[in-house]
Amino acid sequence: MVDLSVRIAGVEFPNPVIAASGTYGNGECYTDLYPLSKLGGVSCKGMTIEPKLGNPPPRIAETYSGILNSVGLQNIGVHGFIEYYLPTLKEEGNVIIANVAGATIDDYIAAAEALDASDIDMIELNISCPNVKQGGASWGVSCEGAAAVMSAVRRATKKPLIVKLTPNVTDITSIAKAVEAEGADCISLINTLLGMRIDINSRRPILKNNMGGMSGPAVFPVAVRMVWQCFNAVKIPIIGMGGISTWEDAIEMMLAGATAIQMGTAIFTDPYAPLKVIEGIEEYMDKNGIKSLSEIVGQVKPW
Amino acid sequence: MSFFCGKYPIIERKTLAKGIYSMVADAPELADEAQPGQFANIGVAGFTLRRPISICEIDKENGTLRFVFEVRGKGTAELSRYVEGESLDILGPLGNGFRIPEGKKIIVVGGGIGTPPLLEIARRTSSLCTAILGFRDYSRIILKDEFEEYCSKTVICTDDGSVGVHGVVTTPLAEELKTGEYALVCACGPEPMLKAVIKTCEEHGVACQVSLEQRMGCGVGACVVCSCMTVRNGQEFYSRVCKDGPVFNAEEVKFGG
Repeated sequence: MVDLSVRIAGVEFPNPVIAASGTYGNGECYTDLYPLSKLGGVSCKGMTIEPKLGNPPPRIAETYSGILNSVGLQNIGVHGFIEYYLPTLKEEGNVIIANVAGATIDDYIAAAEALDASDIDMIELNISCPNVKQGGASWGVSCEGAAAVMSAVRRATKKPLIVKLTPNVTDITSIAKAVEAEGADCISLINTLLGMRIDINSRRPILKNNMGGMSGPAVFPVAVRMVWQCFNAVKIPIIGMGGISTWEDAIEMMLAGATAIQMGTAIFTDPYAPLKVIEGIEEYMDKNGIKSLSEIVGQVKPW
Repeated sequence: MSFFCGKYPIIERKTLAKGIYSMVADAPELADEAQPGQFANIGVAGFTLRRPISICEIDKENGTLRFVFEVRGKGTAELSRYVEGESLDILGPLGNGFRIPEGKKIIVVGGGIGTPPLLEIARRTSSLCTAILGFRDYSRIILKDEFEEYCSKTVICTDDGSVGVHGVVTTPLAEELKTGEYALVCACGPEPMLKAVIKTCEEHGVACQVSLEQRMGCGVGACVVCSCMTVRNGQEFYSRVCKDGPVFNAEEVKFGG
C-alpha cells in the first residue's frame, strides 16, 4: 500500500491534490458528485477583509487549451467566510486553506488576524491576482512588495503561510527568495498569466475587464519551468499549479519540485479530474515501487 | 435537486433549421431530477470549457433529456457533429428553472434560440399555456409544431413578416395581457427582447420570470464568472447565472450592469 500523504509546514494532507482557489467555490459546489474529503485540501475562493463586488461580466473567455478569467475577487468577505462556510468545510473537508488578497497591507493584516482566530488550517497569501487594479499582483511583482506583505502578515498570525506567486515577473525566483526570507512556510505557483482576447467583429475585448488571467493546459510548461526554478532557489516546500489536468502532469510537476499540487481549470472540463489524478498517482507509485511522494519531489535529472 | 456528470448516449439527432440541432440523450437519473428552465453544461472533446445548453424537454417516463442548440462557435460546431450512438458528456441538470404556479394561465415568450427551454413548460401546462415566439424570418422558426400541439394558443412573430405577426413579440403579448387572465409570463431570448417583455409585464401588472445567459465556466457556482447584476432589498450585487439563475424574477434583474 502506497502512502499518498504529504506534509507541508506541519500540516498533513491525506493526498497531494488540492482544489485551486477560485475554481472550487468554498467547497460546496461539487458535493453532489463526491465528498470534499476525497481531496487532499481545498484552497477557498480568494477573499478580502471587506466583501467585494468583482468585475463586470463577461469574465471568462476560452483560449486554445485554456481560459482567461477576470472575476476580480468577488467574495463575501473574510468574516462572512468564517461564519457561513468554514464550519462545513472543516467538517467535510481535509486541509482547508484560506486564500487572502488585499489592496493595502492593513487589509492583509486584518484578514490574517481574523483567520488566526478561526479554525482555518492554512492561509495562502494571494499577492498575484491579475484582475484587480489595487493590490493583488501589485504586491507580488516586486521583491519589496512581496516581502512587505509577508513580513506584516507573519507578525499577525501563527497559521502556516503559503505565498501564491505571480508568473508575470521577470524573475520569479527573486520573489520566492524574498518571501522565504520573511518567514513564508511554503510558496504556491503559478497564478494566472496575464492575457487578452479580442472579438474581431465588434473589435471589443471579450472580457469586460479587457485583460484577464490565463490558465489551463496551455500554461502547464510555463508552470513546470517556474516550479523547477523556484525549487532550485528556495528551501521551503512548493505547491505546484498551472494547467495540471492529468496524473501524468501531477507527477511531472512533482519531479520539477512540487510537494503537492493544485488543480483548477481542469475541474471545469471534468469535475472528476482531481479524483482521476489521485488514482493515477497511486497507480504510478505502486508500479514504480514508490512508497512516499517525497521520493520524487524535485527528482528531475536536468541535462 | 442534485446533478450528475457522465456520458449519456444520444438516441436521436435532428437538424431543426440551418445551424440549429436537436439531440435527445438517454439519461434517466438526470430526467428524474430536471425541471423546466434548467440547463446542462455539455463537454465537447478538445475544448477546455463545457457548453451550457438549456434543457428543451424532459421525459421522465422514457428517461430522456432533449437539448436544442444553435452553432455559435467552434465548440457548438463540434458538438453538432455528434451523432446517434455517440455519447454526450453531460454535467446537469443545473441551476434554477422556472417556478410555475399550478392551475393558472401563463404565457411563454421566446426569441430565436431562446424558445427551447420554454417547450417543457408548454408541455406541462398545456391548455393553460399561450406561446408567443419570435424569429428573424421563416427560415429560423423552430419547434412551432410542438408548441402548437401543447399550447391552447401559439403566436408566431417574425422580424420580416414572412410568417405570422410582422414585428416584435411585445405587440401580441400586450394584447394577451389586456385580458387579465394570466398569472405569469416566462421569457427567454435576446436581452433587448427580455427588456421589452419585462416592461410590457410591468405595464400590465403581471409577474415575469426571465432566463438569462452569460459566458460560463464551471456551471455549478464555483468560479463566479457568469455574473449578472441583480437587485434585492435595494442592494445591487452580482448573482451567478449558473447557480442563482438562469431563471430570475424580472424585478431582480438589472441589465447592462
